[in-house]
Amino acid sequence: MRDGDEVHGHLLYGPQPDVAGASGYPDAPPRMGFFTDTSVCIGCKACEVACKEWNAIPEDGLVFTGMSYDNTQGLGADTWRHVAFIEQRKPFGGQEPGVGHEDVDVFAAAARLGTGASSPGPGATSPPPGRAPAGAPAGEISPVSPDGRTELRWLMASDVCKHCTHAACLDVCPTGALFRTEFGTVVVQEDICNGCGYCVPACPYGVIDQREGDGRVWKCTLCYDRLGAGMEPACAKACPTDSIQFGPLQELRERAAERVAQLHAAGVTDARLYGESPDDGVGGDGAFFLLLDEPEVYGLPPDPVVTTRDLPDMWRHAALAAVSLAALALGSFARRPR
Amino acid sequence: MSESDVTRDGVRGARPGRQAPTGAHAGRRRRGRRGRGEQPMVPEAEFSSYYGKPVLNKPTWKPLDIAGYLYLGGLAGASSLLAAGAQASGRPGLAAPAKLGAAGAISVSLAALVHDLGRPARFLNMLRVLKPTSPMSVGSWLLAGYAPLTLTAAATEVAGRYRLLGSAATAASAVLGPAVATYTAVLLADTAVPSWHEGYRELPFVFAGSAATAASGLALAAAPAAQAGPARRLAVLGAALELGAFRAMKRRMGLSAEPFEQGRPHLLLRAAEALTAGGAALALFGGRDRRLLLAAGAALLTGSAALRFGVFHAGVASAQDPKYTVVPQRERLERGR
Ligand code: SF4
Ligand code: SF4
Repeated sequence: MRDGDEVHGHLLYGPQPDVAGASGYPDAPPRMGFFTDTSVCIGCKACEVACKEWNAIPEDGLVFTGMSYDNTQGLGADTWRHVAFIEQRKPFGGQEPGVGHEDVDVFAAAARLGTGASSPGPGATSPPPGRAPAGAPAGEISPVSPDGRTELRWLMASDVCKHCTHAACLDVCPTGALFRTEFGTVVVQEDICNGCGYCVPACPYGVIDQREGDGRVWKCTLCYDRLGAGMEPACAKACPTDSIQFGPLQELRERAAERVAQLHAAGVTDARLYGESPDDGVGGDGAFFLLLDEPEVYGLPPDPVVTTRDLPDMWRHAALAAVSLAALALGSFARRPR
Repeated sequence: MSESDVTRDGVRGARPGRQAPTGAHAGRRRRGRRGRGEQPMVPEAEFSSYYGKPVLNKPTWKPLDIAGYLYLGGLAGASSLLAAGAQASGRPGLAAPAKLGAAGAISVSLAALVHDLGRPARFLNMLRVLKPTSPMSVGSWLLAGYAPLTLTAAATEVAGRYRLLGSAATAASAVLGPAVATYTAVLLADTAVPSWHEGYRELPFVFAGSAATAASGLALAAAPAAQAGPARRLAVLGAALELGAFRAMKRRMGLSAEPFEQGRPHLLLRAAEALTAGGAALALFGGRDRRLLLAAGAALLTGSAALRFGVFHAGVASAQDPKYTVVPQRERLERGR
């Protein structure tokens, strides 16, 4: 077979079925990755903590952001897993009309508290069992629609390095500090990184970043050290709901497709996969997601493209510009006929 | 702790940003400049974002180091061309400052790069591999070849000896010079930063033109008026290329051209335009008045610097506002690629 592009994929963009092989591992194990199913994420941040603990990542600033429950804000040199919290005034399932309370004067209601005959009186936080109106789930926040869903929804998603098939960070690194592992993941070698910072703006997902006072860059290694010893990454291990699933990428893709079908059948039509397609701008992600809204709602780019896709064209234009500059100089020295 | 009050008209004094804005309220708003100057070319876009947080991590490069590095690289590269031309056409008064300028500029630019990296050993570490997919790797090797050539050319010029070696070095540095001046455009464009990447076709030409104006500016200021003819012409040609290519670039870029029209980049780029055009006009009509030539040279040098800093800061601004990442991508998706 001679059609190398078909079999091995392209080096700079497009589908690449054998990432590790293309990087020079003849007998690589199957490509490993993450499938993060955000529909079961409970926002416990166990992954953030486990990642920090296992990788001995320094503290990244203790700030209160006021952004829902999110105080890590985004991925960076010292945050390799980041749990996003999105508070939305959006019905989860079908909206139930007639449960609005705009016509209720809460101040008047509060003034009557404890005086009405049916009131449980001060001190009671919920009606005693058996006294609640029929159909009202005890102890839940209203307004509640009959299927038990509230009108405010929380989207929680644990974000991480995507371990791109075509990783811009890896391609632009001038020192070779970033490399492709035999598992098809992307890892920085901290003893080789020069701190040039070139990979930082190259990453289309805003993942890799420079550590202050260190100069070098850091990001998720997909726990390369644990993988080598046959263990799963710390975040996946710690996730109590299996929102973070680790395994051979092909297997994860099948599992994810099934999960989406299941959610669609259950009426969650917003469910969609993000980053799983080998045909996307980065050749597919080694870490992909099941989202319940548009990617940009979670702070993810809707259609990222690896910057090196245009690199041959860039070099061509630069060469042309260099020739033009030489021509301008030549023209400046040309003697004008007198 | 909380300063907010719940009233009949709703919540007053609440901390903003509890709810992730989805839709029209998302993202940071920038007010377009009023009055003269260009209007923002694209209407305020509606899009979603995660609390207005940037999607990309912004470049960590220090502006003075890296924008300065881009500028000095251009100045050096085009100066080498002037030096070679002057030498070949028998204009020693023009060749000398051009050679010294090239050597000086590339030395300072290397110093700026090393300063940004943190320590000199890190520049050597750059040369441990050669990767065509990394403009920075290609650039490092280019500089490793080019800088010694300019230094040789300048040293023989100062010493007044080893003429043959000096001529060879001057000619060789003129071969590499244009590449040194334009590769920096690829360096910026090969990133996910919208305002750098989207202009990748025209940016090398902008940088080529700006390199020509900087080098001719230095030559006009330092060479005797009688030998400054080529520098004058290069100033005019370079200014035309720079200004023309920049306009074309902005027209093609769409939304990601907006950061060039706002805030500090806007001021810098406007200044660059005025200084470059003014400097070129002075160079053309300035006659042989030393003071006018000096003014033209200074204007061209500052104009070129302002352009590099303007482009640099516009890119950083475009990386920090999620709008410039999300909206074009969303539009591309909706168009079906
Ligand atoms: S997400 Fe960014 S840092 Fe991670 S592999 Fe892709 S380009 Fe590199
Ligand atoms: S900062 Fe380190 S890993 Fe990133 S491109 Fe530079 S040398 Fe490579």
